[in-house]
Amino acid sequence: MMAVLLLLALGAVWEAYAQFSGIEDIVLPAPSAVLAALYDDRALLWSNFTVTAGEIGLGMLVALVLGLACAVAIHFSSALRRALYPLLIGSQTIPIVLVAPLLVAWWGFGLMPKLAIVALVCFFPIVVPTLDALDRVDADLRKLMRTFGASRWQTFRMVEAPAALPGVLTGAKLSVAVAAIAAVLAELAGSDAGLGNLMLKAIPQYETARAFAAVLILSVFAVTLFGLLALVERRLLPWARQSRGSAP
Amino acid sequence: MLTRIRAPEEAPTEVGAELGSVSLRGVCKTFPAPHRCAAPVTALDDVSLEARAGQIVAVVGPSGCGKTTLLELVCGLIEADAGAVDAAPAALMAQRDLLLPWQSAVDNAALALRVAGLARDAARRQASVLLRDFGLEGFERARPHELSGGMRQRVAFARTLLSGRTVLCLDEPFAALDALTRQEMQDWLAGALAVQPRTVMLVTHDVEEAIVLADRVAVLSPRPARVVATLDVDVPRPRRRTDPRLVALRERALQELRA
Repeated sequence: MMAVLLLLALGAVWEAYAQFSGIEDIVLPAPSAVLAALYDDRALLWSNFTVTAGEIGLGMLVALVLGLACAVAIHFSSALRRALYPLLIGSQTIPIVLVAPLLVAWWGFGLMPKLAIVALVCFFPIVVPTLDALDRVDADLRKLMRTFGASRWQTFRMVEAPAALPGVLTGAKLSVAVAAIAAVLAELAGSDAGLGNLMLKAIPQYETARAFAAVLILSVFAVTLFGLLALVERRLLPWARQSRGSAP
Repeated sequence: MLTRIRAPEEAPTEVGAELGSVSLRGVCKTFPAPHRCAAPVTALDDVSLEARAGQIVAVVGPSGCGKTTLLELVCGLIEADAGAVDAAPAALMAQRDLLLPWQSAVDNAALALRVAGLARDAARRQASVLLRDFGLEGFERARPHELSGGMRQRVAFARTLLSGRTVLCLDEPFAALDALTRQEMQDWLAGALAVQPRTVMLVTHDVEEAIVLADRVAVLSPRPARVVATLDVDVPRPRRRTDPRLVALRERALQELRA
């Protein structure tokens, strides 16, 4: 609610500035112009949005699968932890801006390079909280399972994996925001469709309002995705919220 | 919230085989130094202790003297450096209830049964019978955070019993509870064990708890732990805390602790 009010206030200031300062529409379009572009170009925006949304969704899915597999592997093997963790951190320093055009050169203008970049960017924020949650499982709980004669796998399935779920959700929420930026970046490096592609083409066509409309759609999408994940968390893991307050 | 705690009336789980026993002879355990400037920590030094089948043996000692180490040895979680540990398979119950927050009371109680490979429904049926006997009827589907401390410990005790182990290692099971609930739970445990006898190693720093519950009380010295005295509590059950024999034994135990 407060966020909406703040947004309205900012929009009003922006509108007033754009209207009365005499600034060119192609430099800074007024919010009303952005909304008008949103309506006028709705078909164009929608068709490009579906492309970008697909890249974000699929990329996050790939990151989730690989990230969870990696976290579990590291959790089970201290040798893998020593081998993979430094590489993981190293992977985060790869300058995406440089790699993106290379990936386009290898794989063309299609979905593949976008998937790779979104997944690469989302991978780390998913692995770290998941691994952290796995590591923080109570050592006494593991001992308890051992006195019950539980195998390593049973302990993982019955105790560690459920305990790590909140970490997975946190990771997914963190990766939503970076996923949107990564998708646009990947499209800027070479693409024939998508909101990033649209932005890139709109500026030289003096359609700044349309570029702004694309940005607006992208952020609404990211916020919606985040909200959905928060909802899933609340429905699926009510215990994670309630037990946090009473933990010893 | 105060609920009436009633001792179970019938044995819901059969421990088919005879009750196991525990025997430690001359057990030593030293842990490596926690950091480079510290000396290795000797937790146990030549400890001998025995719990015959069906006996409740309490171990009292100052905080940090190695009582928990003793139980971990009995449960086979760690190995002794010297001496012999001879114990039937034992289940451990800790001071913190360690219930899984995402599971209901009945599923928590059934955890050991699930580990043993029992189907979910069968495990739940068996666990809910025991929970009912423990005065938790109507709370089977409650999550741990919806239960009081005493109720949580009863769920944890049900889980320990359902492991099917004939030896129970209780590590300060009621230390986290308030004084009133603690006394209530001690009486309740005495009743529960009267119905479902087990060989019990009870570690506590509460001398009264030890005297009220146990057949024999071993008093440990500060670290490194050594058995400085063994008191037999030959008082028939049910016991009253104000029983002069118990009061006298408590005094003796306290003296030994201070010595």
